[in-house]
Amino acid sequence: MPLLLTYNQMVVSKSPSRDDEKAADLLFGALADPTRRDIFRRAHEGRFSVSALAREYPISVAAVQKHVAVLERAELVSKHRVGRESIVRAESDALARAHAALDRLEAVWRDRVGRMDQILETDKGDS
Amino acid sequence: MPVTAVNRDPDALTMTITAELDASADRVWELWSDPRQLERWWGPPSHPATFVDHDLSPGGRTTYFMTGPEGEKFHGRWRVEDVEPPNQLRFADADTDDEGKPNDGGPAEMTVTIAEVDGTTTMSIESRFPDREALERAIEMRMEEGMTEALGQIDGLLAGAGG
Repeated sequence: MPLLLTYNQMVVSKSPSRDDEKAADLLFGALADPTRRDIFRRAHEGRFSVSALAREYPISVAAVQKHVAVLERAELVSKHRVGRESIVRAESDALARAHAALDRLEAVWRDRVGRMDQILETDKGDS
Repeated sequence: MPVTAVNRDPDALTMTITAELDASADRVWELWSDPRQLERWWGPPSHPATFVDHDLSPGGRTTYFMTGPEGEKFHGRWRVEDVEPPNQLRFADADTDDEGKPNDGGPAEMTVTIAEVDGTTTMSIESRFPDREALERAIEMRMEEGMTEALGQIDGLLAGAGG
Protein backbone atom coordinates (compact mmCIF):
# COMPACT_ATOMS: atom_id res chain seq x y z
CA MET A 1 0.00 0.00 0.00
CA PRO A 2 2.51 2.65 -1.07
CA LEU A 3 -0.09 5.39 -0.96
CA LEU A 4 -0.73 4.82 2.70
CA LEU A 5 2.99 4.81 3.43
CA THR A 6 3.29 8.20 1.76
CA TYR A 7 0.55 9.51 3.94
CA ASN A 8 2.07 8.07 7.08
CA GLN A 9 5.40 9.68 6.26
CA MET A 10 3.69 13.00 5.76
CA VAL A 11 2.14 12.70 9.18
CA VAL A 12 5.21 11.54 11.09
CA SER A 13 7.84 13.63 9.31
CA LYS A 14 6.54 16.90 10.67
CA SER A 15 7.08 17.74 14.28
CA PRO A 16 3.72 16.81 15.73
CA SER A 17 1.70 19.93 16.40
CA ARG A 18 -1.86 19.86 17.64
CA ASP A 19 -3.11 20.11 14.05
CA ASP A 20 -0.92 17.21 12.97
CA GLU A 21 -2.21 15.10 15.83
CA LYS A 22 -5.74 15.91 14.81
CA ALA A 23 -4.99 15.08 11.17
CA ALA A 24 -3.45 11.76 12.24
CA ASP A 25 -6.51 10.94 14.34
CA LEU A 26 -8.78 11.66 11.38
CA LEU A 27 -6.57 9.65 9.04
CA PHE A 28 -6.22 6.55 11.17
CA GLY A 29 -9.83 6.76 12.31
CA ALA A 30 -10.95 6.93 8.67
CA LEU A 31 -8.89 3.88 7.74
CA ALA A 32 -9.81 1.83 10.82
CA ASP A 33 -12.99 0.61 9.13
CA PRO A 34 -12.82 -2.13 6.44
CA THR A 35 -15.64 -0.63 4.34
CA ARG A 36 -13.91 2.76 4.33
CA ARG A 37 -10.59 1.15 3.41
CA ASP A 38 -12.38 -0.50 0.50
CA ILE A 39 -13.99 2.78 -0.60
CA PHE A 40 -10.62 4.52 -0.42
CA ARG A 41 -9.00 1.74 -2.52
CA ARG A 42 -11.76 2.01 -5.14
CA ALA A 43 -11.36 5.78 -5.24
CA HIS A 44 -7.71 5.27 -6.16
CA GLU A 45 -8.70 2.95 -8.98
CA GLY A 46 -11.00 5.56 -10.47
CA ARG A 47 -13.82 7.88 -9.63
CA PHE A 48 -17.27 6.48 -8.90
CA SER A 49 -20.68 7.69 -7.86
CA VAL A 50 -22.06 7.24 -4.35
CA SER A 51 -25.16 5.48 -5.69
CA ALA A 52 -23.05 3.03 -7.72
CA LEU A 53 -21.01 2.37 -4.61
CA ALA A 54 -24.11 1.71 -2.53
CA ARG A 55 -25.08 -1.07 -4.93
CA GLU A 56 -21.76 -2.80 -4.18
CA TYR A 57 -22.32 -2.99 -0.45
CA PRO A 58 -25.17 -4.41 1.63
CA ILE A 59 -25.70 -0.96 3.17
CA SER A 60 -27.84 2.07 2.37
CA VAL A 61 -26.84 5.08 0.28
CA ALA A 62 -27.00 7.14 3.48
CA ALA A 63 -24.52 4.79 5.16
CA VAL A 64 -22.14 5.06 2.19
CA GLN A 65 -22.49 8.87 2.33
CA LYS A 66 -21.45 8.73 5.99
CA HIS A 67 -18.36 6.65 5.23
CA VAL A 68 -17.42 8.99 2.37
CA ALA A 69 -17.83 12.00 4.69
CA VAL A 70 -15.35 10.44 7.16
CA LEU A 71 -12.84 9.89 4.34
CA GLU A 72 -13.42 13.45 3.15
CA ARG A 73 -12.66 14.91 6.57
CA ALA A 74 -9.39 12.96 6.56
CA GLU A 75 -8.72 14.48 3.10
CA LEU A 76 -8.37 11.05 1.55
CA VAL A 77 -11.16 11.55 -0.98
CA SER A 78 -13.15 14.46 -2.31
CA LYS A 79 -16.75 14.54 -3.44
CA HIS A 80 -18.13 16.49 -6.38
CA ARG A 81 -21.59 16.88 -7.75
CA VAL A 82 -22.01 16.03 -11.43
CA GLY A 83 -25.65 16.40 -12.45
CA ARG A 84 -27.64 14.41 -9.94
CA GLU A 85 -24.71 12.17 -8.99
CA SER A 86 -22.23 12.55 -6.17
CA ILE A 87 -18.84 11.58 -7.56
CA VAL A 88 -16.10 10.41 -5.21
CA ARG A 89 -12.44 10.46 -6.12
CA ALA A 90 -9.10 10.10 -4.39
CA GLU A 91 -7.21 13.20 -3.33
CA SER A 92 -4.07 11.89 -4.91
CA ASP A 93 -0.63 13.39 -5.36
CA ALA A 94 -1.45 14.04 -9.01
CA LEU A 95 -4.31 16.29 -8.06
CA ALA A 96 -2.24 18.04 -5.41
CA ARG A 97 0.46 18.73 -8.00
CA ALA A 98 -2.10 20.07 -10.47
CA HIS A 99 -3.40 22.35 -7.72
CA ALA A 100 0.11 23.63 -6.96
CA ALA A 101 0.84 24.24 -10.64
CA LEU A 102 -2.45 26.10 -11.09
CA ASP A 103 -1.59 28.22 -8.03
CA ARG A 104 1.56 29.42 -9.76
CA LEU A 105 -0.19 29.85 -13.11
CA GLU A 106 -2.83 31.96 -11.40
CA ALA A 107 -0.10 34.14 -9.87
CA VAL A 108 1.52 34.60 -13.31
CA TRP A 109 -1.76 35.75 -14.84
CA ARG A 110 -2.75 37.94 -11.90
CA ASP A 111 0.60 39.71 -12.35
CA ARG A 112 0.05 40.04 -16.09
CA VAL A 113 -3.47 41.41 -15.73
CA GLY A 114 -2.16 43.82 -13.09
CA ARG A 115 0.45 45.09 -15.53
CA MET A 116 -2.15 45.41 -18.32
CA ASP A 117 -4.34 47.46 -16.02
CA GLN A 118 -1.41 49.71 -15.13
CA ILE A 119 -0.58 50.28 -18.80
CA LEU A 120 -4.19 51.33 -19.47
CA GLU A 121 -4.14 53.66 -16.46
CA THR A 122 -0.79 55.14 -17.47
CA ASP A 123 -1.95 55.85 -21.01
CA LYS A 124 -5.06 57.54 -19.71
CA GLY A 125 -2.85 59.83 -17.62
CA ASP A 126 -0.85 60.70 -20.72
CA SER A 127 -3.79 61.63 -22.91
CA MET B 1 -8.36 45.23 -8.40
CA PRO B 2 -9.11 44.48 -12.04
CA VAL B 3 -9.34 40.69 -11.53
CA THR B 4 -12.96 39.78 -10.80
CA ALA B 5 -12.85 35.99 -10.97
CA VAL B 6 -10.49 33.05 -11.28
CA ASN B 7 -11.92 29.67 -12.17
CA ARG B 8 -9.67 26.64 -11.91
CA ASP B 9 -10.30 23.04 -12.77
CA PRO B 10 -7.37 20.83 -11.72
CA ASP B 11 -8.92 17.82 -13.47
CA ALA B 12 -9.34 19.56 -16.81
CA LEU B 13 -6.04 21.47 -16.24
CA THR B 14 -7.81 24.68 -17.05
CA MET B 15 -7.68 28.12 -15.52
CA THR B 16 -9.75 31.13 -16.51
CA ILE B 17 -9.00 34.58 -15.19
CA THR B 18 -11.55 37.35 -15.70
CA ALA B 19 -10.83 41.04 -15.30
CA GLU B 20 -12.71 44.30 -15.68
CA LEU B 21 -10.70 47.03 -17.33
CA ASP B 22 -11.53 50.71 -17.54
CA ALA B 23 -10.94 51.02 -21.28
CA SER B 24 -12.63 50.25 -24.58
CA ALA B 25 -12.43 46.80 -26.18
CA ASP B 26 -10.33 48.32 -28.99
CA ARG B 27 -7.84 49.68 -26.46
CA VAL B 28 -7.62 46.33 -24.63
CA TRP B 29 -7.16 44.55 -27.96
CA GLU B 30 -4.10 46.71 -28.64
CA LEU B 31 -2.43 45.25 -25.55
CA TRP B 32 -2.49 41.93 -27.43
CA SER B 33 -2.10 43.06 -31.04
CA ASP B 34 0.73 45.59 -30.68
CA PRO B 35 3.95 43.71 -29.90
CA ARG B 36 5.50 46.76 -28.20
CA GLN B 37 2.56 46.93 -25.77
CA LEU B 38 2.57 43.15 -25.32
CA GLU B 39 6.20 43.39 -24.27
CA ARG B 40 5.23 45.74 -21.46
CA TRP B 41 3.13 43.13 -19.68
CA TRP B 42 3.90 39.59 -20.91
CA GLY B 43 7.12 39.15 -18.97
CA PRO B 44 7.74 40.29 -15.38
CA PRO B 45 10.40 42.97 -14.75
CA SER B 46 13.04 40.33 -14.06
CA HIS B 47 12.34 38.60 -17.41
CA PRO B 48 11.26 41.17 -20.00
CA ALA B 49 9.76 39.73 -23.18
CA THR B 50 10.84 40.53 -26.71
CA PHE B 51 8.40 39.70 -29.52
CA VAL B 52 10.34 38.95 -32.67
CA ASP B 53 7.45 38.08 -34.99
CA HIS B 54 3.87 38.90 -34.23
CA ASP B 55 1.32 37.92 -36.85
CA LEU B 56 -2.20 37.88 -35.44
CA SER B 57 -3.96 36.38 -38.43
CA PRO B 58 -5.42 32.88 -38.56
CA GLY B 59 -2.52 30.45 -38.95
CA GLY B 60 -0.10 33.26 -38.10
CA ARG B 61 2.95 32.85 -35.88
CA THR B 62 4.33 34.82 -33.04
CA THR B 63 7.79 34.16 -31.68
CA TYR B 64 9.15 35.68 -28.52
CA PHE B 65 11.78 35.25 -25.90
CA MET B 66 12.16 36.38 -22.35
CA THR B 67 15.55 37.38 -21.00
CA GLY B 68 16.49 36.54 -17.43
CA PRO B 69 18.80 38.53 -15.13
CA GLU B 70 21.80 36.37 -16.12
CA GLY B 71 21.07 36.89 -19.80
CA GLU B 72 19.46 33.46 -20.12
CA LYS B 73 16.76 33.22 -22.75
CA PHE B 74 13.41 31.45 -22.63
CA HIS B 75 11.81 31.03 -26.02
CA GLY B 76 8.16 30.67 -26.86
CA ARG B 77 5.85 30.59 -29.82
CA TRP B 78 2.18 31.18 -30.54
CA ARG B 79 0.24 29.59 -33.35
CA VAL B 80 -2.82 31.75 -34.00
CA GLU B 81 -5.98 29.71 -34.49
CA ASP B 82 -8.79 32.20 -34.48
CA VAL B 83 -8.85 35.96 -34.41
CA GLU B 84 -11.84 38.31 -34.35
CA PRO B 85 -10.65 41.82 -33.42
CA PRO B 86 -11.35 43.19 -30.90
CA ASN B 87 -13.36 40.41 -29.25
CA GLN B 88 -11.65 37.05 -29.58
CA LEU B 89 -8.22 35.55 -29.93
CA ARG B 90 -7.35 31.88 -29.76
CA PHE B 91 -3.80 30.62 -29.96
CA ALA B 92 -1.57 27.75 -28.88
CA ASP B 93 1.32 28.92 -26.72
CA ALA B 94 4.32 26.58 -26.64
CA ASP B 95 7.71 27.04 -25.08
CA THR B 96 10.49 26.10 -27.47
CA ASP B 97 14.23 25.58 -27.54
CA ASP B 98 16.35 28.35 -29.03
CA GLU B 99 15.87 26.88 -32.50
CA GLY B 100 12.11 27.18 -32.20
CA LYS B 101 11.45 23.48 -31.65
CA PRO B 102 8.71 22.88 -29.06
CA ASN B 103 9.86 21.43 -25.75
CA ASP B 104 8.17 18.39 -24.22
CA GLY B 105 4.58 18.78 -23.20
CA GLY B 106 2.01 20.09 -25.62
CA PRO B 107 1.14 23.76 -26.05
CA ALA B 108 -1.32 25.59 -23.84
CA GLU B 109 -4.56 26.40 -25.66
CA MET B 110 -5.29 30.04 -24.92
CA THR B 111 -8.65 31.72 -25.48
CA VAL B 112 -8.95 35.47 -24.91
CA THR B 113 -12.44 36.98 -24.90
CA ILE B 114 -12.94 40.74 -24.79
CA ALA B 115 -16.38 42.35 -24.43
CA GLU B 116 -17.18 46.02 -23.85
CA VAL B 117 -20.32 47.29 -22.15
CA ASP B 118 -20.73 51.03 -21.56
CA GLY B 119 -17.02 51.77 -21.72
CA THR B 120 -15.98 48.99 -19.33
CA THR B 121 -14.35 45.97 -20.84
CA THR B 122 -14.47 42.46 -19.49
CA MET B 123 -11.55 40.34 -20.56
CA SER B 124 -11.31 36.64 -19.83
CA ILE B 125 -8.29 34.51 -20.55
CA GLU B 126 -8.58 30.74 -20.51
CA SER B 127 -5.46 28.56 -20.38
CA ARG B 128 -6.02 24.89 -21.12
CA PHE B 129 -3.24 22.32 -20.88
CA PRO B 130 -3.25 18.92 -22.62
CA ASP B 131 -1.58 17.16 -19.70
CA ARG B 132 0.05 17.88 -16.37
CA GLU B 133 3.52 17.77 -17.88
CA ALA B 134 2.62 20.67 -20.15
CA LEU B 135 1.22 22.64 -17.25
CA GLU B 136 4.26 21.99 -15.07
CA ARG B 137 6.66 22.89 -17.89
CA ALA B 138 4.81 26.11 -18.57
CA ILE B 139 5.14 27.27 -15.00
CA GLU B 140 8.65 25.87 -14.55
CA MET B 141 10.26 28.77 -16.37
CA ARG B 142 7.91 31.23 -14.74
CA MET B 143 9.09 29.93 -11.35
CA GLU B 144 12.41 31.60 -11.99
CA GLU B 145 10.84 34.90 -12.81
CA GLY B 146 10.45 36.04 -9.24
CA MET B 147 6.85 37.07 -8.90
CA THR B 148 7.45 39.84 -6.40
CA GLU B 149 9.53 41.79 -8.89
CA ALA B 150 6.33 42.44 -10.82
CA LEU B 151 5.57 45.01 -8.15
CA GLY B 152 8.69 46.90 -9.15
CA GLN B 153 7.46 47.14 -12.74
CA ILE B 154 4.08 48.42 -11.64
CA ASP B 155 5.84 51.07 -9.55
CA GLY B 156 7.83 52.00 -12.63
CA LEU B 157 4.69 52.39 -14.69
CA LEU B 158 3.10 54.49 -11.98
CA ALA B 159 6.18 56.70 -11.86
CA GLY B 160 5.95 57.03 -15.63
CA ALA B 161 2.34 58.13 -15.32
CA GLY B 162 3.25 60.80 -12.78
CA GLY B 163 6.17 62.20 -14.78
